[in-house]
This record gives sequence, structure tokens and C-alpha cells, in this order.
Amino acid sequence: MISSHLPVLQVIIPLIAAPICVILRQGLLAWILTTLVCLISLIISCVLFNQVLDEGVISYALGGWFSPWGIEYRLDKLTIFMLLIINGVATIVLLGAKESVADEISSDRLYLFYTAFLLNLTGLLGVIVTGDAFNLFVFIEIASLSSYAMISIGRDRRCLYAAFKYLIFGTVGASFILISVGLLYDVTGTLNMADIFQRLPDIENTKTVTTALIFFVVGIGIKAAIFPLHLWLPDAYNYSPSIVSTFLAGTTTKVFIYVLIRFIYSIFGHETVFIQEAFNNLLMILACAGILYGSYLAIKQDSLKRLLAYSSIAQLGYMLLGISLATEAGLAAGLIHVFNHAIIKVTLFLSVVCIIFYTRTDSISQLSGLAKTTPLLMVSFLVAGLSLIGVPMTAGFISKWYLIKASFESGYWGLVLVIVFSSLLAIVYIWKFVEAAYFKSPENGVSKLELNKERPYLLSFSLFIFVIANIYFGIDSSLNVDMANSIAHDFYHGF
Amino acid sequence: MMSDQLLIVLAICLPVVATVFIAVTHNYTNVRETVTLFSAVCLIIVVYSLLQRVLAGEQPQLHLLEFLPGLSLHFKIEPLGMLFACIASFLWLINSIYSIGYMRGNKEKHQTRFYIYFAIAIASTIGIAFSANLITLFVFYEVLTLSTYPLVTHKGSEDAMRAGRVYLGILLSTSICLFLPAIIWINVLAGTTEFTNGGILTNDIGHGVILILLMLFAYGIGKAALMPMHRWLPAAMVAPTPVSALLHAVAVVKAGVFSIVKIVIYIFSPALLSDVIEINILLYLAGLTIIVASVIALQADNLKRRLAYSTISQLSYVVLATALLAPISIMGAALHILAHAFGKITLFFAAGSIYTATKKTSVSELDGIGKAMPWTMGAFAIASLSMIGVPPTAGFLSKWYILQGAFSVESWFAVGVIIISTLLNAGYFLPIIYAAFLKKPVDGKELSYNEAPLPIVLALTLTAAITILLFLFPETPLQLLNLLVGNMS
Repeated sequence: MISSHLPVLQVIIPLIAAPICVILRQGLLAWILTTLVCLISLIISCVLFNQVLDEGVISYALGGWFSPWGIEYRLDKLTIFMLLIINGVATIVLLGAKESVADEISSDRLYLFYTAFLLNLTGLLGVIVTGDAFNLFVFIEIASLSSYAMISIGRDRRCLYAAFKYLIFGTVGASFILISVGLLYDVTGTLNMADIFQRLPDIENTKTVTTALIFFVVGIGIKAAIFPLHLWLPDAYNYSPSIVSTFLAGTTTKVFIYVLIRFIYSIFGHETVFIQEAFNNLLMILACAGILYGSYLAIKQDSLKRLLAYSSIAQLGYMLLGISLATEAGLAAGLIHVFNHAIIKVTLFLSVVCIIFYTRTDSISQLSGLAKTTPLLMVSFLVAGLSLIGVPMTAGFISKWYLIKASFESGYWGLVLVIVFSSLLAIVYIWKFVEAAYFKSPENGVSKLELNKERPYLLSFSLFIFVIANIYFGIDSSLNVDMANSIAHDFYHGF
Repeated sequence: MMSDQLLIVLAICLPVVATVFIAVTHNYTNVRETVTLFSAVCLIIVVYSLLQRVLAGEQPQLHLLEFLPGLSLHFKIEPLGMLFACIASFLWLINSIYSIGYMRGNKEKHQTRFYIYFAIAIASTIGIAFSANLITLFVFYEVLTLSTYPLVTHKGSEDAMRAGRVYLGILLSTSICLFLPAIIWINVLAGTTEFTNGGILTNDIGHGVILILLMLFAYGIGKAALMPMHRWLPAAMVAPTPVSALLHAVAVVKAGVFSIVKIVIYIFSPALLSDVIEINILLYLAGLTIIVASVIALQADNLKRRLAYSTISQLSYVVLATALLAPISIMGAALHILAHAFGKITLFFAAGSIYTATKKTSVSELDGIGKAMPWTMGAFAIASLSMIGVPPTAGFLSKWYILQGAFSVESWFAVGVIIISTLLNAGYFLPIIYAAFLKKPVDGKELSYNEAPLPIVLALTLTAAITILLFLFPETPLQLLNLLVGNMS
């Protein structure tokens, strides 16, 4: 009985837990509750994963109201793939969050952080499961508003400015998405994605539909921080509490890439004429520019969090690149990178969270000689860094392999060059820190800092899981690669 | 009898397992060194029993794990790889003996770290030697780069770090930018990356594409130090001498040229290349590198730098011999990997021996040193003769085969390059020997130092002796190479 309601439970459980957190008003209890909720959420998504693999697409009518009157939750392979990523990242990150959050957020606000976190999770999961275009907008707003709150909750006053900047950008982006949904509703008379998909071909060349697409792309471009609409991202990642940056880096941008894929393949339809050439070329150019720009700026940063933020912009470019190839292999490569990058970037950010916990700084120049103080921590960073660069036997290599292969198959030589060249830039910015930590003497660096004597065991444990995941998915990539291939296959050859 | 699979696993894992014990015995230096020596001996036994099987005509195989659909870590021991593994495992033992003398004699720091990364580098070299497809080769190629980086920067000084940056920068960037795309391209074209007798590429993919792929490999494999990708090699000379000796004269650079030879034989196949290539660019590039590097070596006063440029030039001999595409010249290429390994390691051992005993690093300071260090300089002389290609040394054999190959395909360019470079080799090695044995010390005083510690002298005498023995008894390597040529046809 309850198993048929799992799609809605995925969203409802964190939504209900959020106000309970406020009632609890106590940091530790709130953390326990939130972790439990994440865990339940993860279990639900695992069950759904099996259900969808066994039975195919699940359609769930919210409140018993079938579409087109009610809201439909629609779960296909792409949905469960994303659910698994988001819930996995959320659970493991939150498991280790307690120590760092207690360190970086004042204790009377802790429960608010967990509340915002739960709302954010609600929003992200809702965006993924819903099959209704307007409902999707609502969930995007829930996720965004709660993330503004999470960013601004830290002790560092600069986070207020970062949150405000994100708020302005984010609101513009959301409005554009809303306008796009409105225009689509206007011409098709429905908000259900599957219905819009069916009705659009009759009117595909009208100006309204083209306008809707443009509004959508710009809106989602801002939300997903696609170059050149990424301006809010470096500040948001840099000044927010480090666990928040970790969570945002692992989930939010991935979800918006998901929305992009969903709109292209399940609403507008990738075979539609106007989505073919100009659109793909535009995405491709933006992707390449983003890759090079992000990698280049990452090299120039001294703050680790900011460095990783720019690196994220570059890595988003990789995902976009895969999508812009507009082939089955390209889409699969993009999805594989969504999965792998979630793991890689969260590992890197969690390492930085640990570093900040110990040293209270993330400035590379102050951290020279760190490897002598915290050798295991640096090994974690190194493994994740190598994975980001794309060294064999790590998750990052798998992504690179499929991206380059997809580019070759489409005959885009230039893209191969961009990918390998940006890998070099990745070496430079990762090695910048590795070298400082391993080979510079601690005298002008770590020795001057006052180190935290406490040991963040839970945090280290989360980090450890992610480090292992980096290697595991580099050796046995069947889970994510098979899923991505089968999702792409479905989109190109029907379900 | 142990199964093939187990032996292959042992060959790759023994050095890795050794690292654990080396780390555990950190505080007991004698035990630690015993661990290294013991595992080196074990490795030789394992490699030897594999050698027997390969000589009997078998090709032991092992599929490990499939990390991408259709792409797995796959090992298969063909004759060329067997030869390379023999060299690497045997020299690991000798080099370990030498390292003990050198590292203790010079009171180097972080010795445990040194032995650990050294063992990992050896494991990855064996992995490269036994790889059965490009992807496995690439994996171990990268591991080798990364594991040798801490060895290059061992001193931790500003110089060492700068050198490390050049080292890592060139090797990683060439492999990621050129080598990896070439591998993926081949996978897209041929649907496989397995090393196969007769190659996996065919004529119909177009001459231009084949040529571009060949160039991608030639430059992508930065370890082969084809100019202008050679800068990392002299930079790596800041490392302690045993590292320069085994890794930057034998394992790392040989991994580079070995990969090129293997790719030419088993991916392209010489027959395909000689059909397709009208102007043999690879041949000219290799020839140019040989000459230019020799000229630079001639001018270098720092002994290790001179040896480094000599290495660059000798590596291109292998590339040149491969590019001639005649079966006999490819045999020459493989023989040269062997001959140069023993010759060059002796030279580096000697350079380290001189440094340990006298702290001297320049060629111009070596006047009269032969009287004080007769064993060291004697070995140096033998190895120099091998570099020049004078009988009775192994270097003569390989040059003989390469020249025969050059004549058989009537490549007068190659013949000319070999003659000129032989003269240049003589030009930069003979003066050192002359100065060491026949000149008087500059200030006319008696030299106040003696031979280096015993392990050092022992190691370099052994390698020098083997250089001569290889000339006298080349049966086993030739047998392997005949198998190799048999595979090609």
C-alpha cells in the first residue's frame, strides 16, 4: 500500500520534518532528525530505483487527481538516477555536517540551518519527481529561497552580500522560467509536461514557442550558473558556511542541469527543428567558454573554496558539452559526468571543510606544509584532485573518456582539444595546493596557525566514504554508466 | 607449478606489498633494506619463471577488472614486454644495493619514502611491460609518472620543486593532451585497444589519420623524450642518483620508448606503416633529436646533465630504429633498450659514486680521478664504450642490428645519423676517460679520497660486467627477439 505512495513521500517527508525542526529548537536534535529524514529519503529513492527498473515509468497522481486536472509525479530512469545522486550526497554530507556546522554557525541558529536544509532538499527532490511544469517552478523556488537562507546563515558577514546577489540573480532566473512556462501554457493549454510534449509539434515553428525556449534557457542558465550567467556562484560558494557550499556544489547545479535535460528531451523535444542547430551550437560555445574561463580563473585563486567554485563552473561546462553534442553518446557522457562530478566535487569540498575545521582558513598561501599536520586529509584531497584531473582508475577518468569519445564520434576535434587542455589547467590549480601542502615548509604556513585540537570523526567518515566512491566508480563504473546509457537510449529510441 | 595468472599478479603486486613492509619497518633501517632486497629477489624469481614460459612460446594472460564496458585491465606477456620486465626487475635488485650505499653515504633524508615510491614505480613499470591493451598501458604509465614525482622532488628544495613542476607538467600534459585522445580515437576507429599481432588499424581509415595518430603517440609518450618534449629529463636530474639511474635512465624513459615500439608493432603494424607513410617524419624527428641532444651533451660540464642528454639521444636511437620499420631494425631497437639500460645505469652509478666519494659533479673536476677510484672509472669506461658502440660491449650488438636495418631499407639518412652520432658519443665520453686516467690532478696534490662505499662499487661493477657478458652471451635476448619478429610476420 505504502509503496505506491513513495513518489510523494519523497517530497513530503522532508517538507514535514522542516517545521518539526523549528519546534525542536535544539541543534543536536535537529541534526539527528534531519539525518534520519535524509536516510529515509535515500532508502525510498533506492526502492523507487528498483521499482522503475522493474516496472518502467511510474506515474503518480497527487491527491488522486489525475492529469490534466491534478499534478502528476512522473518517475522515469532519469528521475531515479537524479534522486539517487541527490539523496546520496545529502545523506552522507549531512552525516558529517554536525561538527563543521556547529563550528561555523552560531548555536542559536543551528536549527534554522537544518530547517533550511530540509526545505532545500524538499525543493530539489520535488523538481526531480514532478511531471508538471508549473509545479516544477514552485519547487525551484522552494529550493532557491531556502538556499539563500542557508548561504546567509554563516558568521562571516560577507555571506549576506553573497546571498543577496544570489537572490537577485536567482529571482530573475526563476521569473524567466515562469514566463517560459506561462508561454507554453498559453499555446498548449496544459501544464503537464507529457501533454505539452505531445502538443508542441503542431506549433513548433511559432514565435511563442521559440520565445518560451529562449526565456527558459536564460532562466536555467542563471540557476545552473552556466557561463556567462554564473556571476553569483563564486561568492555564494566562497562566503557561505562550508557545509552549505559542499551541499550546493554536489546537488543544486546538478538539479538544474537535470531541468535543462528534462525540458529539452521531455518538453520541447530534441528532434524539433529549432532545438537542433543554432541552439546546440550556442550551448556548445557557452560550454567551451565556461570550461576555459572557469579553469583559468580557478588557477588565479588563493582561497580554496573560491578555487573549487570556479572549477565547478568549468565542470558544468563539461556536462553542458555532453548535452550540446545532441547525440545519444553525448547525453550519456553528460549524465555520467553529472554523477561523477557530484562525487568528485563533494569530496574536494569536504576535504576543504575539514581543512577549515582544523585551521580556520582556506587560503592556500597560509596552508603550506599542511600535509605534515594532516597527512590523511591531504591524501583525500589528492585522490579527489586526481579524479578531477581525470587520472585513470578514478571516477573523473570515466567521465573524460566518455566525453572525449562522444566528441570524436560526432567529429568535433576542437572539443577534444578543449577537454584535454582544460584538464591541464585542472592539473595546474589542483597542483598549486598539493605542492604547497606537501613540499613547502610549514614555517610560513601551518606553523603560524592556531590549530583546532578537536577531531571531526563523523566528518572524516563522510569524507572517507566519498574518497572510496571516487576510486570505486573509477574501477567499476557499471552503475552510473549503464544507467546513463540506458537513459540516453530511452530518449533517442523511445521508452 | 604456479599458474600464469598468479605469477602475473605476483609480479605486479610484490613491489606494492613490499611498500607496506617498508613503511612498517620504518625505524629499523637494516630490516627495511632487507625487505627491499628480498622483494627484489622474489620479483626476479617470478619474472624468471614467466620468462621460461614465454621462451617456450606461451603468452601468459590475465584479465583483471573491467572498468569500462569493453575495456579492462588486461595483461598479456609478449616477448618485448618480457624483455623489458627482465631488465626492470633485475636492475631493481642491483639498484637497491646501490641505493643503500648511496642514500646512507650521503645521509639523505626521508629514506623510507624513497624506498616506498621506488617500489611503486617498479610495480608500474612491470605493469607497463605486461599490458595487453593501450588502456592498461596508459593506466600504469600515469602511475609511473605520479609515483616518480616525489622521487624527483626528494630534496624538497626550491630547485627540486621547480624541476618537479617541469617533470610533472610535461609528462602529464603530453599524456593527457595527446596520448589519451589518441587512445580514445583508436578505440573509436578500431573498436578495441588490444595489442594484436599484425595491428588493429587498417588502410581504409586514411593515410592522414594514421600519420596524425602516429605523431600523437610519438609526442604523447613524453617519456620517450623526443625533442621538443625532452625538457623533463634534464630537469629530473635533481633527484638522488639512484633515481636518475634506475628511473630516468632505465625504467621511465625505457617505458616511453618501449610503449612506442609496442604501439608501432601491435597497433599500427610495420607493414601498414610502410605502406602508408611516404615521408617518414618519425625517422627524421628521431634523427634530429639524436644529433641535437648529442651536441648539447658535448657542451655540458655537469656530469649528470651530460648523461641526461646522452640518454635523450640514445632513446631516439630506439625510435629511429623502430621508424625504419624493418624487422631487423626493430630487433635492434629492442636490443638497444637492453644494452642502453645496462650501459647507462653504470654511467649514472659511476656519477653517483664520484659524488658520494668526492662531492664533485662537473666533468672538468675529474682529472686524475681514475687512480683514486679505479673500479668506478673502469666501469665508467666500459659503459662509455658501450654507448659509443665498440665491441666487446652490448652497445655494439644493438648498433649492428640497427645499422643492418638501415641498410636493408636503404635509409641513408639513418646511416648518416648513426655515424655522426657515434663520433659525437666518442667526443663526449672519451675525454672524460682520458682525463680520469691519464691527466694529473689540477693542483698536483695527491687525491685525498678513496673508492665509494662497497655497495656502490659492487653494483656498478656488476652492471659493467653484464654489459660485456651481454655481448658474449646474447642468446636469451635474441631468442626473445626472434619470437617477437615471428609475431610480426
